[in-house]
Amino acid sequence: MRFGREEKVAFLMIAPAILWLFFLVGYPFVLAIYLSLSDVIVGRPGSFAGFKNFIDLAQTKIFQTTLGNSFFFTFSAVILKLVLGMVLALLLNQRLFGHKFFRAAILLPWVVPTALSTLGWKWMFDPTYSVINWVFIKTGLSTTGIPWLAQPLWAKLSIIMVNTWRGVPFFAINILAGLKTIPRELYEAAEVDGAGPITKFRRITLPLLKPVLATVLLFSTVMTISDFNIVYVLTRGGPMDSTHLLATLAYQTGLASGFLGKGAAISLFLFPLLTLVVYFQLKIIRRKWEW
Amino acid sequence: MVKMLGKKKTLWNIARYFGILPFVIYSLFPFYWMLITSLKKNSELYSLASIPFWIQKGITLEHYVYLFEKSSFLTWFGNTLLVSILSTLISVSISILAAYALARLRFRGAELFGAGIFAVYLMPSTLLFLPLSKVISTLGLSDTIWSLVLTYPSFMIPFSTWMLMAYFRTIPREIEECAMIDGCTRIQAIVRVVLPVAIPGVVTATLFSFLLSWHEFIYALTFISSSLKKTLSVGVVAELVRGDVFFWGSLMAGALLASVPIVIVFIFLMDYYISGLTAGAIK
Repeated sequence: MRFGREEKVAFLMIAPAILWLFFLVGYPFVLAIYLSLSDVIVGRPGSFAGFKNFIDLAQTKIFQTTLGNSFFFTFSAVILKLVLGMVLALLLNQRLFGHKFFRAAILLPWVVPTALSTLGWKWMFDPTYSVINWVFIKTGLSTTGIPWLAQPLWAKLSIIMVNTWRGVPFFAINILAGLKTIPRELYEAAEVDGAGPITKFRRITLPLLKPVLATVLLFSTVMTISDFNIVYVLTRGGPMDSTHLLATLAYQTGLASGFLGKGAAISLFLFPLLTLVVYFQLKIIRRKWEW
Repeated sequence: MVKMLGKKKTLWNIARYFGILPFVIYSLFPFYWMLITSLKKNSELYSLASIPFWIQKGITLEHYVYLFEKSSFLTWFGNTLLVSILSTLISVSISILAAYALARLRFRGAELFGAGIFAVYLMPSTLLFLPLSKVISTLGLSDTIWSLVLTYPSFMIPFSTWMLMAYFRTIPREIEECAMIDGCTRIQAIVRVVLPVAIPGVVTATLFSFLLSWHEFIYALTFISSSLKKTLSVGVVAELVRGDVFFWGSLMAGALLASVPIVIVFIFLMDYYISGLTAGAIK
């Protein structure tokens, strides 16, 4: 096998990226699988344990709750972000006085580091001084205030609320960019044919946005299900381990308690979903390249 | 007829303002709340009698003074800046090379490498932090900021490579072919002809890499244990809580100050970002 000149140049140019990713993503990934199949504990070499970690996990109450949380959380947050992002993008689509301000204001939650902005939310959910509860009590909507982070169901909803807050800008801005690529003539032609706003949205906007929506949805699903920062800062998985996601439980099990093997096994539950998303994304991209 | 259409349009625009308003409040209120919290005196902060929405008992800077005089805030700031600049420089240089090769050169396995880099792009860092912490301790880098300079590019390279590939594809091949006919080598053609045209792409990739590294939390939380080596987000979240007590004034002051640089960077470069999206970087 002989390499042409162009091929040699190409391999040289791509080598640093491939090596970096091989040693810091590929190798750790294999290591994760290896760890998950062993009973290693921090500071002590382990031995091969087969699927013991996975079987143990499947029987643990905390893990079952966590897996349930992951799906409930991801599903609700992604749907909310999609709907709100779409509404916002449609509202911002035509030029409006002050549109630059709106764009910047809307993007802010996405620009500020999540761990830090979530601290602000934690303070807004404070058991005694919550500003949201202050409003609820003063307006008579609630007499004692809502136990935002103290009660499992409310804590889950709070986490969804913060994740949605953080993620709407990403949806809105991408959908907005997608809207801008739809030719105006299509709408004008539809208007001539007597189409109303709803028909135009269903027959023109939605079909033409499909590639953007698919990409944003898949991407956001991965990012949402693998979230760590919001749960870590808001609840640390509490109350009573009821709000863990896979990443926070992996952190607690693998690092705080030192069961590295079990922690790695928990993280790996993200992998099947990841494979699916990569597969679909690549399909979308290929189709685009062929055009 | 035209007049009626104009009136309808004005009404629709007013309706749009009312539609956008709740989004703006949802978006901005937490930041407003953080800001006034950071400026309130403790006596007002922890009093149920006062109206929380504005400052009644006068502004104080004590929470900010605390940050600079009694916490390691400035050290964390320096660490974050150093890690972000270094890892961004590394990532963007490596990505320019890789993206150019993938977008332009014909070689065996090009598509496979492209797909591989894309798969890594989607790999969340929460999947890898445990095995990586082992790798870092094997390399003897535990509890150093070099562990971050080394690991951050692993999620920045796929991202910027992917973004730059989309940019390089939009540049006509003829430009560099002309340069090469005129006697430039491939590298010269890239530096003198392709990069200047691709500046919006390079700026966007740089901005984003910087943003990603400023945002990073879980690696910094996992790999670093000494207070003086922490980055901003971990330092503020972990060190400003003394014992089990949350001092909200200084916490909010720290969270805001730690976000200011990245917000400023972003405001200057927002237009690049938007044009990057429209150019198809993410689609």
